[in-house]
Amino acid sequence: MSTRRYEFSPRASLAGYQIGRRGLLKAGAVAAGAAALGLTMGNRFASAQLDLGSATGDLSFGSNYSNDVPKAGLQAAIDALPNENVTVNINTVDHNTFQENITTYLQNPDDVISWFAGYRMQYFADQDLLGPIDDVWGQGLNETMSEGFKLASTGHDGLLYFVPFNYYAWGIYYRPSIFEANGWTPPTTLDELKALAEAMQTAGITPFAFGNDGRWPAMGTFDQINFRLNGYQFHMDLMAGLESWTDDRVKNVFQMWTEFLPWHQENPNGRTWEEAASTIVDGTSGMMTIGTFIGQQFPDADTSDLDFFVWPELNPEFGIGTVEAPIDGFLMAKNPKNPEAAKELLYHMGTAAGQDAYLAVDPSAVATANDVDTSGYSPLQLKVLEAVSSAPSVTQFLDRDTSPEFASNVAGQAFADFLADPGSIDGILEDMQAQAEVIFEQ
Amino acid sequence: MELSRGVDSDIQDSLKSYPAAPANKRSRWFSQFDGRDKWIALLMIGIPTLLHVALVWFPTVSSILLSFTNWNGIRFSSMEWVGLKNYQQIFGAFQRNTYQALLNNTVLMLFLFAGPTALGILLAYLLDKNIRGTRIYQAVFFTPVVLSLAVVGFIWKSVIYSTDNGLATQLFGGGKSVDWLGNQSFLIPIGDYGISHNFAAILVAIAWRHTGYIMVLYLAGLKAVDPSLREAALLDGSSEWQTFKNVIFPSLKPVNVVIVVITVIEALRAFDIIYVLNTPRKTEVLSILTTNNLLGEGGGNVGRGSAYATILFILCFGFVIWYVTNHYRNTQEGADS
Amino acid sequence: MSAAVPQPYVHNKKRGHFSLGRILLYGFVTLTAIVWLVPLVGALYASLRPFADTVQNGFFSRPDTVTLDNYRRAWDQGDIARKYWNTALILVPALIFTLFFSSMVAFVCSRFSWRFNIFMLSLFTAGNLLPQQIIIQPLFQMYNRVPLPDWMSNSGKLNGSTWGIILIHIAFQSGFCTFVLSNYMKLLPKSLNEAARIDGASVWKQYWQIIMPLTLPALAALATLEFTWIYNDFFWAVVLEQQGADRPITSSLANLGGEFFTDDNLIAAASVFVALPTLVVYFALQRYFISGLTLGSEKG
Repeated sequence: MSTRRYEFSPRASLAGYQIGRRGLLKAGAVAAGAAALGLTMGNRFASAQLDLGSATGDLSFGSNYSNDVPKAGLQAAIDALPNENVTVNINTVDHNTFQENITTYLQNPDDVISWFAGYRMQYFADQDLLGPIDDVWGQGLNETMSEGFKLASTGHDGLLYFVPFNYYAWGIYYRPSIFEANGWTPPTTLDELKALAEAMQTAGITPFAFGNDGRWPAMGTFDQINFRLNGYQFHMDLMAGLESWTDDRVKNVFQMWTEFLPWHQENPNGRTWEEAASTIVDGTSGMMTIGTFIGQQFPDADTSDLDFFVWPELNPEFGIGTVEAPIDGFLMAKNPKNPEAAKELLYHMGTAAGQDAYLAVDPSAVATANDVDTSGYSPLQLKVLEAVSSAPSVTQFLDRDTSPEFASNVAGQAFADFLADPGSIDGILEDMQAQAEVIFEQ
Repeated sequence: MELSRGVDSDIQDSLKSYPAAPANKRSRWFSQFDGRDKWIALLMIGIPTLLHVALVWFPTVSSILLSFTNWNGIRFSSMEWVGLKNYQQIFGAFQRNTYQALLNNTVLMLFLFAGPTALGILLAYLLDKNIRGTRIYQAVFFTPVVLSLAVVGFIWKSVIYSTDNGLATQLFGGGKSVDWLGNQSFLIPIGDYGISHNFAAILVAIAWRHTGYIMVLYLAGLKAVDPSLREAALLDGSSEWQTFKNVIFPSLKPVNVVIVVITVIEALRAFDIIYVLNTPRKTEVLSILTTNNLLGEGGGNVGRGSAYATILFILCFGFVIWYVTNHYRNTQEGADS
Repeated sequence: MSAAVPQPYVHNKKRGHFSLGRILLYGFVTLTAIVWLVPLVGALYASLRPFADTVQNGFFSRPDTVTLDNYRRAWDQGDIARKYWNTALILVPALIFTLFFSSMVAFVCSRFSWRFNIFMLSLFTAGNLLPQQIIIQPLFQMYNRVPLPDWMSNSGKLNGSTWGIILIHIAFQSGFCTFVLSNYMKLLPKSLNEAARIDGASVWKQYWQIIMPLTLPALAALATLEFTWIYNDFFWAVVLEQQGADRPITSSLANLGGEFFTDDNLIAAASVFVALPTLVVYFALQRYFISGLTLGSEKG
């Protein structure tokens, strides 16, 4: 590993992205900044056109969509590929195993691979394991995807490596029917949130459902408090190893978190997020800091009684300007066996046709193509779309915005230690900083 | 082999026949290879050895070398030689993880000897006593050993240790939920480190598996003990315990050696149960740290992972070499006297 | 002595008389056995109930419904038939060649005095005690650089092919088998070789026609043992096979609680499918199992 991952100043917000109307303006400015840094925004190859419909033969597709609902959705999206001469063989690997073995897997990959945008894609592009797909974008995705998505799909070398498929938003999810029955309304200030938590406790409902088995769910809460208190830029710099974990600003995050812990389900480290989510479904917990995918835990993935609000403002300087919305999508292997078919499928997955087919099965996500048919969107999907497209800055998720090694071998463990013993946070942060220095210096 | 002959004397015989074999004896055997046979014998031993060395020992030595490099596991060109840096990091910035893992491995070893190994020996001894349905008892104790780890992991995570409605919660929770696998606070603190609650819970799961293994080994050994020895001792008026301690246990020395080696190696190599339980915090052992650094997502820190693997290797091998040479020397002395 | 083959000793059929000690003995063993059974029975029990029932009433409650539905769903969702087949493709050749290779090494090392006997046996035995983690990364890199023709490997490499997994199983497991078999063969009378030699039998003939038939009990024992070990291993295939559908059952379901199955009762049913083959083999060959371990222990 080299320092090359950080050679673009994170001030250029490379890992963040913009979606939709207002975002376009700001993203334009970012793109200009990126160009000044020597990036060309991928249209270097835009002239090369795909010959859509000409591909034939077998195509292998590596998928981590192993849960029932996403698996069926992916199949539907692939079935919607208009070219009948291409046979797609899906290699489904359970989500955790897929992620843990990604480094070895990418050295012997399928032609098309499901993965994440941003940092985690750029790392493998840097290692020369991915194939550039500027021609796929040139086919029309440039028009139907926002500049923010394009940025998140661009490698450090300025080439495009990723087709965004859908995204979701982190926030505080709850069941409106329960709020109604108790006369509660979504809070908009910190005081209101605290009052709501108190009211829930009085009503015998656990305010926050919380499960941290696997050690990633707690990262979501950290992110929210950190960018609310310290702003988007500090958060991204901290992720890039440019700010210190022993900084007072980080300590403030844990102080705030500690204040909220008594309102959370006890003993989160041994509980899976699914178990925690089930207490939202059955009404024994009131709310949960989680992503839209919580909808998959509702019976028949029916999200009609599911809504969310964003973490309230914790620092007037930064307001509620940042939203956390991870993007999922697809990559192409460096040397695919069937590049024509791979590119045709990638293009298809980036278009409204492919994305509509997926969302018809899994309505817990939002499409990235701006010409999808939003008339079929549930109120929840519309709200996610609105929240993300109106946000001045968007983060992905802690483990997508920083070195995966730091996320899984340092941050995850440190947060678990904090949750087990919040009083020991000073020692934990010192260790984190020492380990961050080792990892980011490599 | 006569039944009255102790197993121990066999091993001495076989040892004597090795390095101490008289030259004429060796040449007599060696002379059996004439012409083509020599090549056939060479092939018979050569092909398996080549495979074993190429796929087991070559990678092992490579890993030791890799522990002195910084490498992401993707391209050889990005590999750099960094000397002892990985070891400095392991015992520097990452020392908390390292020392906790070393402690856990040690605790596991002591626990295995004091708990499941002792219980396994006891069960074997009892089941050797003409018990009706001994086969059924054996099957019950041995079943956990043949089960796949996926199954063992599921059983302990969901059936026994489920926070809200696991069996352990229902039996010992007193009506409240208990976070068996998530509670990382120290049950027995040792300085800055200690034995965490969840590691203690995992020890129970490991015991469930280990006991049957030891029981079967010992049972197999007991079958070879000359019953007249035991009867003679009992007729002498020795108590049951004295008979076991003075007659049976010493006569099982070869089995004891195997059990010590297996218990120590299993304690050092321990991996799968903890891994399938998602490695709760503070239950990390060396093999888990190795895997996290070596494979893991994007982590691919082959250098540091290999350094952990090398430490694990040194511990395993240090022990095996120390034990085997010690054992062989003692046996040799016994044989010479 | 011609009866050099270790034989299980049969106790006098004298039944212990009824006494306090006897009662305590049965009491202790039975109680321990019950404790040992509880987790197994719990898993089996869960597999027979619908998820909703368990969620409502807890794991250890009287069932409202008993159903085999979980088994049907687990079979389909986990693609169990395919995964059994993948396992068989790896297990059968790995088992045969492990025994074949290690018996050859054991034969040459134990029946003939060579200068390298002790060294060879130590090499194999020690290899068996290595942690898998120290092998995996360099092994992966090697495999990923060995090309194979398309008919042997979908990926065109040793990595990602069934062959690679079979090979590492043979190499890794032959350590233990060589150790056990050489101990066993050492007990066979040396005169067998001399007699054969006088008859003009070649080395191969001595191995295949004289020693191997006498070693059958040990081979059967090792076969049952190795069956469970190779079957239960999930580590090699997780790293060395990238196609989820081609992984053996224990690798593809190593993370049972992970993603393939949605509820605990379904996982319980899948667990039973995973456990079934080893349980069947163990119960069918229990006697060999124990004598197989005996072989390892008897000679230290």
